[in-house]
Amino acid sequence: MADLTLVDSTLRDGSHAKRHQLTVEQVVTVAGALDRAGVDVIEVSHGDGLGGASFNYGFSLTDEFELIAAAVGAVERARIAVLLLPGIGVKEDLARARELGASVTRVATHSTEADIAPSHLAFARELGFKTCGFLMMAHMNSPQGLLEQAKIMEAAGAATVYVTDSAGALMPDTVKARVGALREGLEGGTEVGFHGHENLSLSIANSVAGHEAGATWIDGCTCGLGAGAGNAPTEVLTAVFEKLGVEVNAETFPMLDVAEDVVRPIMDRPQVVDRASLLLGYAGVYSSFLLHAERAAERFEVSTKDILVEVGNRKAVGGQEDLIIEIAAELARAPA
Amino acid sequence: MSEKVPCAILGSGNIGTDLMYKLQRSDTLEPRAMVGIDPDSDGLRRAAAAGLDTSAEGVDWIVAHPEECSFVFEATSAGAHRANAPKIAAAGLQSIDLTPAKLGPGVVPVVNLEQHREAADVNMITCGGQATIPMVAAVSAVTPVPYAEIVATIASLSAGPGTRESIDAFTRTTAKGLEEIGGAERGKAIIVLNPAEPPLMMRDTVFCQIDADADRDAIRASIEAMREKVATYVPGYRLRGEPQFDDGRVAIFVEVEGAADYLPAYAGNLDIMTAAAVAVGEELARLRQATEVAA
Repeated sequence: MADLTLVDSTLRDGSHAKRHQLTVEQVVTVAGALDRAGVDVIEVSHGDGLGGASFNYGFSLTDEFELIAAAVGAVERARIAVLLLPGIGVKEDLARARELGASVTRVATHSTEADIAPSHLAFARELGFKTCGFLMMAHMNSPQGLLEQAKIMEAAGAATVYVTDSAGALMPDTVKARVGALREGLEGGTEVGFHGHENLSLSIANSVAGHEAGATWIDGCTCGLGAGAGNAPTEVLTAVFEKLGVEVNAETFPMLDVAEDVVRPIMDRPQVVDRASLLLGYAGVYSSFLLHAERAAERFEVSTKDILVEVGNRKAVGGQEDLIIEIAAELARAPA
Repeated sequence: MSEKVPCAILGSGNIGTDLMYKLQRSDTLEPRAMVGIDPDSDGLRRAAAAGLDTSAEGVDWIVAHPEECSFVFEATSAGAHRANAPKIAAAGLQSIDLTPAKLGPGVVPVVNLEQHREAADVNMITCGGQATIPMVAAVSAVTPVPYAEIVATIASLSAGPGTRESIDAFTRTTAKGLEEIGGAERGKAIIVLNPAEPPLMMRDTVFCQIDADADRDAIRASIEAMREKVATYVPGYRLRGEPQFDDGRVAIFVEVEGAADYLPAYAGNLDIMTAAAVAVGEELARLRQATEVAA
């Protein structure tokens, strides 16, 4: 029995970095390879969750349900997960994903808005999904505040509740405080998860800290392929947990091959901590805003940095990608 | 000048109370009664102080006093309205429904009210719908809109338990309104709650897919004309910056500042519902008076 459940989100969080242009062939190859390497759960959805294909977040090259079906067909052992943000996706999307064979649902809300999730969590559970609550932008709520929100998700049937560091803004100590608060305050049977980003180069350190504080579901993306500077690289998580003596089902050498031979070749650019992505973590801005800000900066001839700083000033939460165009247009109008 | 048309407010919560203050300023409508179920509610106290008849007996009181109203503004909940609507209709009264019950046709004052003036029950759709459907209608009046998408961002504090429990209903109902009333072939709605302090104003971004060769000047003019029309009943209805044209789409940025009658100014999402409901009532009253004069 493994000590933790390893979730790979290359085919969901990585969708941001791929501008939602993943193909069926890529999904089949990546999901199959991750399955053979022993990853427990593989998440497949538009980056912004089911129903995310839109002007606001970017249209998908391939319908996400086709990708989900392809992933289900490509694995033998791993479970396929989907993400849903209430307000973007609807319950019908969950029903369809279930019919196609997905078996884990993660219902995501901003870290203070858990009470928009209960009906989706309950519905997912009725459908037979393993359900997780996903408290995004966890740095924007206190450990105690986050626990109150986690309890709402737990009461609605979430078997696991995540501390989701969407902005890559948490540090090992602040991860421990939040994961620890959930671990102590939730029922013993409810698991706690951690989802990290690399914007401050802390995704692995934070995942380890999260596990030490009681998180037993840990998210990664192979090669870090994900929003912002990327996620905790799954192959690094596998290696580090092995060296720490933490039992995981995924195996290090096969994971190194998946990273190098399967995922790296499909990446549009390397995942690096550059000026803009570092700023996401520093200012606490939603990681998937990065490419939208870069695109708006180019179109309006303003700086990505100025856009992201202003997005941070306006206390934007996940989902407000539309604000980026508006801010870029304003910056372009403003006298230099 | 003709006499004002009497109306009653069913529901003494935030929405009902805000509605009362707006109705008191109306030239065509006169709020006569506020009816709730909680005798100690702030709304009923304020209504009594404002000289309205008040009752905590719910819809039965209204049905027993049909002389008090021609219109009933339903500001309770979808479930309550489903139960109340048959009684209201049986009493020969017309419902203007601010709940998500969707029993009658959805209406947006400046877009499609004319078609539904005889309906026994008209529904105010959603706050996001009231803020964005006029803009989609403005664009689709100039050029075909194969797809319209809106993103409504509202302050967490202004999203009540009803909205939170049934957030799918918001996205579905609003999307349908973009199609059926706004004129888009396909609609999609997204809602985001933002907990920032101080609370932010309601913002709505409206994306319309349009032909790359569409007449941009005509679209801009149509958008501006529509903004003016909506602003006649929602004074805080504004555009933030120019519409942005890009890759076969136009993006329109709307902000709604509430009139702060009873609700805070940031809650433009609630204000636009009550303001639009009053506009619907006024227009229906005018149509009714016109009919009576003609007869």
